[in-house]
Amino acid sequence: MSPLDLLVAVPLALMIAALLLGTWVRWLLLTAIPVMAGLTVWLLLLPEGSAHVVGDWNLPLGVQLRADGVAQLMVGAMAACASIVGLYALHEFAPGPDRSETAHGYAFWPLFYLLWGGANAGFLSTDLFNLYIALEMVSLAAVAMAAMGSLRAALRYFVIALVGSLAYLLGVALLFANYATVDVTLLAEMARPDLATKTALAVMTAGLLIKAAVFPLHGWLPPAHAAAPAPASALLSAIVVKVGFVILLRLWFEAFPAIVAPAGLEVLGWLGALAVLYGSVQAIRQDSLKALVAYSTVAQIGYLLLAFPLVATAAGSGGAWAGMTIHAIAHMLAKAAMFLAAGLMLKAVNGHRLKDLHGLARAMPLTVAAFGLAAVSLMGLPPSAGFIAKFLLLEAAVEQGAVFAAAVLIVGGLMAAVYLFNPLAWTFAGSDTPVVEATAPLRTAAPLALALLAVSLGFAGQAMVDVAASATSARLPAAVAVDVR
Amino acid sequence: MTLAFDMILCLMIVGTAAAALLMRNALAAIVFFIVLGNLLGLAWLAMDAVNVAMAEIAIGAGVTGVLLILTRQRLMALGDDLVSAEMPGWLRTGALVACAGFAALIGSAVLSVAPADDLGGSIAALMPGLGIENPVTGVLLAFRAYDTLLEAFVLLGALVAVWSLAPRGAWPQRPAALALAENGGHGVAAAFGRLLLPLALVMAAYLVWAGSDLPGGAFQAGTVLAGGLIIAAIGGAVSWPRADDRYLRVALVLGPAVFLIIGLAGIAQGRFLFYPPGFEKALIVAIEYSLALSIGVTLALQVAGPPVAPDHEG
Repeated sequence: MSPLDLLVAVPLALMIAALLLGTWVRWLLLTAIPVMAGLTVWLLLLPEGSAHVVGDWNLPLGVQLRADGVAQLMVGAMAACASIVGLYALHEFAPGPDRSETAHGYAFWPLFYLLWGGANAGFLSTDLFNLYIALEMVSLAAVAMAAMGSLRAALRYFVIALVGSLAYLLGVALLFANYATVDVTLLAEMARPDLATKTALAVMTAGLLIKAAVFPLHGWLPPAHAAAPAPASALLSAIVVKVGFVILLRLWFEAFPAIVAPAGLEVLGWLGALAVLYGSVQAIRQDSLKALVAYSTVAQIGYLLLAFPLVATAAGSGGAWAGMTIHAIAHMLAKAAMFLAAGLMLKAVNGHRLKDLHGLARAMPLTVAAFGLAAVSLMGLPPSAGFIAKFLLLEAAVEQGAVFAAAVLIVGGLMAAVYLFNPLAWTFAGSDTPVVEATAPLRTAAPLALALLAVSLGFAGQAMVDVAASATSARLPAAVAVDVR
Repeated sequence: MTLAFDMILCLMIVGTAAAALLMRNALAAIVFFIVLGNLLGLAWLAMDAVNVAMAEIAIGAGVTGVLLILTRQRLMALGDDLVSAEMPGWLRTGALVACAGFAALIGSAVLSVAPADDLGGSIAALMPGLGIENPVTGVLLAFRAYDTLLEAFVLLGALVAVWSLAPRGAWPQRPAALALAENGGHGVAAAFGRLLLPLALVMAAYLVWAGSDLPGGAFQAGTVLAGGLIIAAIGGAVSWPRADDRYLRVALVLGPAVFLIIGLAGIAQGRFLFYPPGFEKALIVAIEYSLALSIGVTLALQVAGPPVAPDHEG
């Protein structure tokens, strides 16, 4: 037995149960949370570099699942995020007043488990075609969730996401024709800098940049993420874009580090820098709270790409690698917290603009505190996980003399402070206390828990650095894949 | 002879594709698109990829064609005149140049790949152990069963996504009936649908069984079943079920559920999706039959669309 397949199989089983359960569907979550938590702990306890193939079929034909540091951290953060967002969603995606089914109340939960299983599949597989299917699972659930807010934004997202999928798939086909395998650990040993490989790498990267909403291919993200219901926005911004990012890591740093030219890494780094600056400027300019948070995602994704040239060939080790990985999970937790908190605040004031938040800190202190704590991590203030990530990246940039990257890291942090202080300032404005409807304790607790996690993970900085560094470098040759039977 | 056939086929493919793109009349463009799908199917046949050919014709030409025709009908009902906005010349030229450049890049990349040994050898070596002869089924249901399992859930998720679009008050009603615009065609469709559905059922059952050794399998069978259901629904021989119909929901999840349960049972034997020796063919056929049913129903309901409020039906 192994958690590597159960982490995907269990959410899929839950999806089937969700489709059959009718009005009881939401209570399935109370089974899902402990089971998935147990599997995640099991994953974290696996010995370094645990891997096995699915079924009885070895590489190059079969599919390999593997627990490396990135997978362990991402699956762990995913479990925390999905569990807490799920608890928050219990109220939002519920049966109608007379206990009748509603379209959203019924459809959300199967999509939720599809997203969970798909994201785990994307973090755990080393097979580029299998990763394509994982990407499809996640994108499909994401588009459907976005459509629960704005059909127009979701349709746009859908078309762009399809282009991304097709570009990625085209690259997979080229790689398969060229190497007769699509497993990243095998490709790493065979990589040749020929035209087919370079073309494949280019189109796959373009497809993944769309999926990860990297500037200038981010256009679909702000309208889709801003319009969706709060739990859906949280899942979209926290998780969905990270799946594309992790596949990008597999491609650039695992399969083809030998043929990736420094110039290519530089280009991705530049795109990241532009994303940080552009996303931040746009976030500062927004008048609507959810659009601000969505543009902040565009900026925060930028840091992940900014780290690419800093990581260079030292994948799996070094401060930049750990910083990039920790940034990914810190953003996951903080952004989910922020979208949930924003959802509660906007619902309470029945508006969407920053000035609607006037004085809200006095009416819902805990929710505003959750927003503030999430902001602490996004800005990279100590002691948050966001701080550890930015600190590691900054250290690597200074060590390597990457003055520009260091400057972007500092300026980006300052701009984040500007756009995140603005809504907070509104919540403290004036002296009157707006009257708002009380929120259920569980819903108040959800963003607070996520934000506290994002901040307190900073104290586990060294542990996260150790996990992030494990196993990616110790890749397994196909023949000695650990047999767990 | 073969070369001449291939050349003519290529010319026809490029010609119909261009016609589908350039036609101003939406219906004509759709018809050319369907023809294109069929020609592509022929091209796959010419390359001995029978499974791909069947999928291309059934999904690429058949189901997609139905979807496009239905879309046109609904757009016309909404008062859309179906004329695309005039594009500026520079945009057309730019798009043409960009597409041609991209095609040249991909073409040269494809041609630069040396015809190396693919996995055919290692697949052939493993096939006898499965007790089936169709290597495509071997790949889909054994060697890469994990991919296929996840795909089955993608398809199911796509239907949930379609359902989630149900307008307020419509859940859990039935999808809108697929009525033909012209009344004259109704009688033909009704008679044809009654005739075709049982045929489609038999053919789907045969395709799954044959799929073990010959081209065919769950996906092709599911598509045939979906085609039969759609045509029967257009003719009024069957009506769409309510979205909360218990039997419907069981039919939808049956295939993915059987696949997943067999996969999880493999853990007791050693590993996820491990088939115990001697039972490979039995398990594969069981998965395929249940998958074919679920795929057929899922595809048909995806074409049917989200539930609508009863007064909007028709």
